Amino acid sequence: MRSGSLDWLTLSDDEWVAIRLSLWVSGVAMVVSLPFGIIVAYLLARGKFWGKSILNGVVHLPLILPPVVTGFILLILFGRRGVIGAFLNEYLGIVLSFRWTGAALACGVMGFPLMVRSIRLSIESVDRKLEEAAGTLGASPAWVFMTVTLPLILPGVIAGMILAFAKAMGEFGATITFVSNIPGETQTLSAAIYTFTQVPGGDLGAMRLTIVAIVISFAALLASELLAHAVGKRVSPE
Amino acid sequence: MTLLVEARQKLGAFSLDAGFSSEGGVTALFGRSGSGKTSMVRIIAGLAKPDHGRLVIDGEVLVDMEMRIFVPKHRRRFGYVFQEGRLFPHLSVRQNLTYGRWFAPKNAQAAEFGRIVDMLGIDALLDRRPGGLSGGEKQRVAIGRALLSAPRLLLMDEPLAALDEARKAEILPYLQRLRDETATPIVYVSHSVAEVAQLADTVVMMKDGRVEATGTPSEILSLPSADRRESGAVLSGTVHMVDPAHGLSTVRLSAASIIVPSARLVAGQNVRLHIPERDVMVATIRPEGLSALNIIDGFVSAVEPDGEGMARIHIRSGDDIVLSRVTTLSVERLALVIDKPVFAVIKTVALER
Repeated sequence: MRSGSLDWLTLSDDEWVAIRLSLWVSGVAMVVSLPFGIIVAYLLARGKFWGKSILNGVVHLPLILPPVVTGFILLILFGRRGVIGAFLNEYLGIVLSFRWTGAALACGVMGFPLMVRSIRLSIESVDRKLEEAAGTLGASPAWVFMTVTLPLILPGVIAGMILAFAKAMGEFGATITFVSNIPGETQTLSAAIYTFTQVPGGDLGAMRLTIVAIVISFAALLASELLAHAVGKRVSPE
Repeated sequence: MTLLVEARQKLGAFSLDAGFSSEGGVTALFGRSGSGKTSMVRIIAGLAKPDHGRLVIDGEVLVDMEMRIFVPKHRRRFGYVFQEGRLFPHLSVRQNLTYGRWFAPKNAQAAEFGRIVDMLGIDALLDRRPGGLSGGEKQRVAIGRALLSAPRLLLMDEPLAALDEARKAEILPYLQRLRDETATPIVYVSHSVAEVAQLADTVVMMKDGRVEATGTPSEILSLPSADRRESGAVLSGTVHMVDPAHGLSTVRLSAASIIVPSARLVAGQNVRLHIPERDVMVATIRPEGLSALNIIDGFVSAVEPDGEGMARIHIRSGDDIVLSRVTTLSVERLALVIDKPVFAVIKTVALER
């Protein structure tokens, strides 16, 4: 105990790996699902098509299903022998099962309904008269979306991204079911904490990672508040 | 510029079946709310699709539903000023103004930014956000934004209706400058007799989704079916004298002169006057000891009873006709018949320009 009583706070290399992996997986999940999230939210908010309620149901499914079930469905679909997984493996060389990419997929799927919900609500609150006005000024629908709709829904998009990121950081059930708990590959923060609690004398490690999880969550929350404030000030009509 | 519009559209219980053409200048679509003015102008802008119809500007067919032609709104290059401004809240006033420029064709002669900003008096607002502007300021910025998109036709849908009287008075002079200083033809939607009298070159009067009459402001606004409280004569004249001490100006008509309550005029200026028929009394001998400043002598040129106890008397003075609304009892008592010399006692005159 030469270096003092706070020694137990020092993170081991394995723990650092788990933290970095968690941040990476959550970040990738958030960024990759963002365009899909915006498209689906737009369809749900504005689209008029057959099967809209089915799409809505499918998007929200991960929110309602037990995470283990979601993870198992992912395993069936995206596993090496799964319908989609076999295709991805054969033609694109992408393997998801038991890889960090699979962890990102699971996290993305779990966070997707939260992201879509937040973006959808902000699209629904956009004053369509402003989009009409932009159209009469010569902006094509794509430009109207880029220059009017998107800036106006930015607070909702940021909130959705943060929610998805937070959900991904905390995701456990679907991930562990789909890609297991492989240190250095699929062992995220949550999985590492779980592993610590399963071994004798692992409490200190679990405590260390718990503190890290709390710090990251607070930082994410704070960042979202600051961003939303900065953007909201620009967007709100005073 | 020639503009030709014909449109038929059914919206629930309301059906629109109207058309008009314009040779430029300010064409006012005039009528009560619910008469189909806004539906018409939305069809022109491409914000609504008619069931049947055509829209041709300078020989270019923009809409022909039979031929399945429908040019979308962003390719029409029609500026649109909405009743509520509709400024983009996330952009500064300057960015709002230049928004349409990004999309205007390079060869279109974009109105110079500085000149438009000057004309509308909005240079002090450029770096502000729309949220902090007053209603009148917002509307001026909205007009500037539409103009700076280099439109070939400017559509204005009741641009003053959401403003109080003071704000209206603030903007009307800018609209007049707009009419006089830009070559862009304007379709102006309004239910206000005062605005139409003041701005329009041609008036298209609409009622229940149909065009009821088309003509000059003085022709249309004197029709009995124009808003009854406001209908009256519109006369043009020249400012003869300005009396700043009393805040009055004298306007010379073809025969008579009329004193108007405004000293902000310049001698020689052409103006239009709106004289509501309900504010004109008829006398058979020149009245004395009256506060009314304007008493015009002329002849009865027509008597039109409305069948409900009232009649409209046309009083000719030179080339001008002043209208008066009196009871049929007065017509009998004063024996108002055609060619009888009478005096029109004018209680109020609204200066239209």
